[in-house]
Amino acid sequence: MADITLRVNGSEKKVSVSPETPLLWVLRDTLELTGTKFGCGAGLCGACTVHVDGAPIRSCSTPVSQVAGKSVTTIEGLGANGLHVLQQAWIAEEVPQCGYCQTGQIMSAAALLAKTPSPTDEQITQAINGNLCRCGTYERIRKAIHRAAGNGGSR
Amino acid sequence: MSPLSRREFVAAGVAAGAGLVIGFYLPHGSASQKESFSPNAYLRIAPDNKITIVVARSEMGQGVRTALPMILAEELEADWKQIEIEQAGASTLFGDQTTGGSASIRTTWDPMRKAGAAAREMLISAAALTWGVPRSSCTAESSHIKHAASGRSLSYGELVSKAATLPIPTDVPLKQSKDYKIVGQRLPRVDSPAKVKGEAVFGIDFRLPGMKFAVLSRCPVIGGKASSFDDKESKKISGVSYVGKIGDSAVAVVADSVWGAMEGRRVLNVTWDEGPNRDLNTAAVMASLKQAASKKGASLFSAGDAAKASGRHISAEYTLPFMAHAPMEPGNCTAHYQGTKCELWAPTQVPQDCRDSVATAIGLDPDQVKVNVTLMGGGFGRRLEHDYAVEAALVSKAINAPVKVIWTREDDMRFSTYRPASLHQLSATLDGAGFPAALNHRIIAPSISGQKGQPTPGNVDPDLPDEAGPVYGLPNYAIEYVMAETPVPLGWMRSVYALQAAFALESFIDELAVAAGKDPLQYRLHLLEKDQDLQYFTTTWKTARMRGVLQLAAEKSGWDKPLPAGLFRGVACFGCFASYMAEVVEITMENNQPRVHRVVTVVDCGQVINPSILEQQIQGGIVYGLANALRAKITIEKGRVVQGNFDDYAPLRMEETPNVEVYAVPSAEAPTGIGEPSVPPIAPALCNAIYAATKKRIRALPILSS
Repeated sequence: MADITLRVNGSEKKVSVSPETPLLWVLRDTLELTGTKFGCGAGLCGACTVHVDGAPIRSCSTPVSQVAGKSVTTIEGLGANGLHVLQQAWIAEEVPQCGYCQTGQIMSAAALLAKTPSPTDEQITQAINGNLCRCGTYERIRKAIHRAAGNGGSR
Repeated sequence: MSPLSRREFVAAGVAAGAGLVIGFYLPHGSASQKESFSPNAYLRIAPDNKITIVVARSEMGQGVRTALPMILAEELEADWKQIEIEQAGASTLFGDQTTGGSASIRTTWDPMRKAGAAAREMLISAAALTWGVPRSSCTAESSHIKHAASGRSLSYGELVSKAATLPIPTDVPLKQSKDYKIVGQRLPRVDSPAKVKGEAVFGIDFRLPGMKFAVLSRCPVIGGKASSFDDKESKKISGVSYVGKIGDSAVAVVADSVWGAMEGRRVLNVTWDEGPNRDLNTAAVMASLKQAASKKGASLFSAGDAAKASGRHISAEYTLPFMAHAPMEPGNCTAHYQGTKCELWAPTQVPQDCRDSVATAIGLDPDQVKVNVTLMGGGFGRRLEHDYAVEAALVSKAINAPVKVIWTREDDMRFSTYRPASLHQLSATLDGAGFPAALNHRIIAPSISGQKGQPTPGNVDPDLPDEAGPVYGLPNYAIEYVMAETPVPLGWMRSVYALQAAFALESFIDELAVAAGKDPLQYRLHLLEKDQDLQYFTTTWKTARMRGVLQLAAEKSGWDKPLPAGLFRGVACFGCFASYMAEVVEITMENNQPRVHRVVTVVDCGQVINPSILEQQIQGGIVYGLANALRAKITIEKGRVVQGNFDDYAPLRMEETPNVEVYAVPSAEAPTGIGEPSVPPIAPALCNAIYAATKKRIRALPILSS
C-alpha cells in the first residue's frame, strides 16, 4: 500500500492503494467515479479512456503510481461548466445505444478536438479506432464529432 | 411457469397476439401511490400531472425505455414532456418480462396501447361527469381533456381522483396510424443525457454500502469441476477477505476492491477435475455435425415434393462456427443475501429467471427474492442467461454480506454460452430456365433449448419457428432440421439461428443465379414475383412484402447502374422475427480482403415506432453482423475456449465500418422485430459481393478464417 496524490477533475485526491492498482479501479472503486468503464482490462477497447495531463490514456492498463502528481480528467470532469460541446453533439446526434462505451468514446474525441479542432474523417477514424462499440454506433459518433467541431454534423 | 421454458413462452406470446397483460390490473391507488390514478400496472398519473410509465422490458441499448412508453403515451394523448420512465424489476404483473427475440415491441404493442387507451377513456369520462356534458363532446389532447363547445379544459392531474373511481373499460377504441402524433416520430431517447455524462448506472456501477467485490475462478475445461484449492497466496493480497468454492466448478475470491479480488484470483491455486471433455476440440465438434447429418430431420417447412422435380441438380454445404456475444459490459451482478430474503441488482434480460434460479440456488421462495433491473452495457442474448445472478447470490450467502460479482473480459469470452456451430446442406433442381423447381435446405445444429433441458417438441428447437422460415414461393421447397449434440455451452446470440439459415440459403440462391447465368437480384425477384402466403409455424410470410423490400433495395442501391471499376455488389434478403429485410453491399477487394464501403438496408417491420431508434438498431446490426461474418469464431482446444479478449476475438472498429443507409417500407401493419433482422442478410450479401469480385465462393464463416 502507498499514499498517492493525484489531481482528478481539478481537485487533489489522496488515495491509499497498492501502487500497481490500475488507475481505472482507483477511479471507480476508491473515488467512486463510475463513468469510466471496464471493458477488457488490456487496453484493447478504450472504454476506460481518461485524460492524463490532457492526453488520452487507457486507465485499465495504467498503474496509479504512474499518474502520481498528474492531472486526470474523467467524463465527470469533462464539461467543467455544464455539458461539453461533444456531449451536446452526442445527444443531438442520438449516438448512444447501450451507452457503455460512450464515455470512453467521448474522452477520445475530446482529446482529438483539443489538438485538432476541425478533424477530417481520417483523423476521426484514427482517434476513435481504438474505442470499440459493440452496438455499432460509429457512424453517429463520426457525425457527432463533426457537429461538435462546427462542421454541421456532416462530413 | 418454469424458468426454463420462458423463451419459448415469448415466442408463443408473439404468436398469440400477445394479449398477455392487460388483464393484470392493480387495485386503484395502491397504498404507496394513494393520490395517483393507476388503472393498470403500466401507468400512474399523479395530481401534479406527472405521468409515470413503467417499462417491463430491459434496456440494453435497443431503446425500449423510449419506444415502449411512446406507444402508451400515444393512446393516452399524453404530453410526452411530462412522461417519466420507471424500470420494472422482476414482477408478477406484466406476464413474461424476457427481453429477447426482437419481441419487446411485438409483445407490448397491444397491452401498452390498450393501457393508454383505457386510461384516456376514463379521463374523458371523468371530465364529462365533472362538467355534466356528453362524453362525445370531450376530447383528449396533450394531457388535457377539452370541451370545445365551452372552451373548458382540465389537466389529467386535475382529473385523477375522479377517474380513479370509475370502472376500467375493457373494450377501448384504438387510434388509427394516420392520427399518430408520437408513434413514428424521431423522439430523442430518454436515456441519452445520463449516458453521455457518465451518470447512467449500469449493473457494474451499482453500489451498496459495505459491498464486497468477487471474481470467480472457473474450471477452464467445459464441464470440469474444482477438486481443491490452495488460497495461501490469495490471502496475502491486501483486502482479500474470503476464498471459497461456489458450486461444483468455481472458486470465489472476495475482496474489498475489484482489483484486490482480481489479484487474489491471479495467485489462487486450484486443482481441476477436467472431466469428460478434456480432449474436445473444434474439429471433433464439426465432425459430429457431419455425422448427425445422416440422421433423418424434422420438417420445418414443406411445399410440394422436392423428389419429383427433374432437371439440373446443384448442391452445396455451408458451415458456421461458434460465436460469442461479447457485450461491452462484462457479466456482473450485485446481491445482498439476508437470511430470509435476497435482493439483486442485475443487468439482465431475464429478471424473472434470475429470481427463480436464485431462489432455487440459495433455498428461498421466489417471492423472497427481489430482482432490480439495471441498465445493461449490451446484451445480444448473453444476458438471457442467469449464471451471473446465481453466482452473486451464492457468494453473498457464503460471506453473509452484499457483494458484486464481476467477470473479466476473459471470463466473458471463455465462459459464455455460444451461438451453436452449424452445418447446412442445400440442394436444388433447376428447371429449363435455370430457376429452382425444387429446393431442399437441411439445417444441422445443436439445439440451444434442448441443451438447457427445455422442451423441443417434434425434435425442433423452439427458436427455429421465428428464425429459419422460407423466403421464396417455390413449387417444391423443404426445410429440415437435424438436432445435433455438443457439450459446448450454447446460448441465444443476436438473431440466433437466422444468421446461420440466411448465410446458407442466400449464398446458395446466389450460386443458383450464377449457375443460371442471371442477375442475382432479378433472380430473387423472379422467385418472389407471385403473391403467395408461406405458412411457417405461426408466421405467414408474404412474398409480396419480401419482394417489396428487395425492390426498394434495388432502387436505393442503384442496382441497375454500373459501379465504378473495382467496386462490387452483393445482395441478400431474409425474414425473421416476422420482419422482412433486404441488403445490398458494395465492396472493394484490398490484399485479398473485402472492404465494405456501403450497405443499403431496407426493412418492412410494419408500423415504425421511432425511426431514429430503428436506424440505430439496423446500423448496429450491420456492424455486429459484419464482425460475425468477417472474424467471429470461437474455437475449442483440449476442452477449453481458445479466445480470450478483443485481440483474438475482434469486433468491428470504426475504420472497417461502412456507410449504412436505412430505409423502412411505410406500413401501418402491426410492428414486428427490429433488433435482430438486419443481422442475418449481411454475411451472405457480403460473400455474394466477394464472389462477384473474385469468383470465389465462401461456404464457411468467418470470411477471414486463418
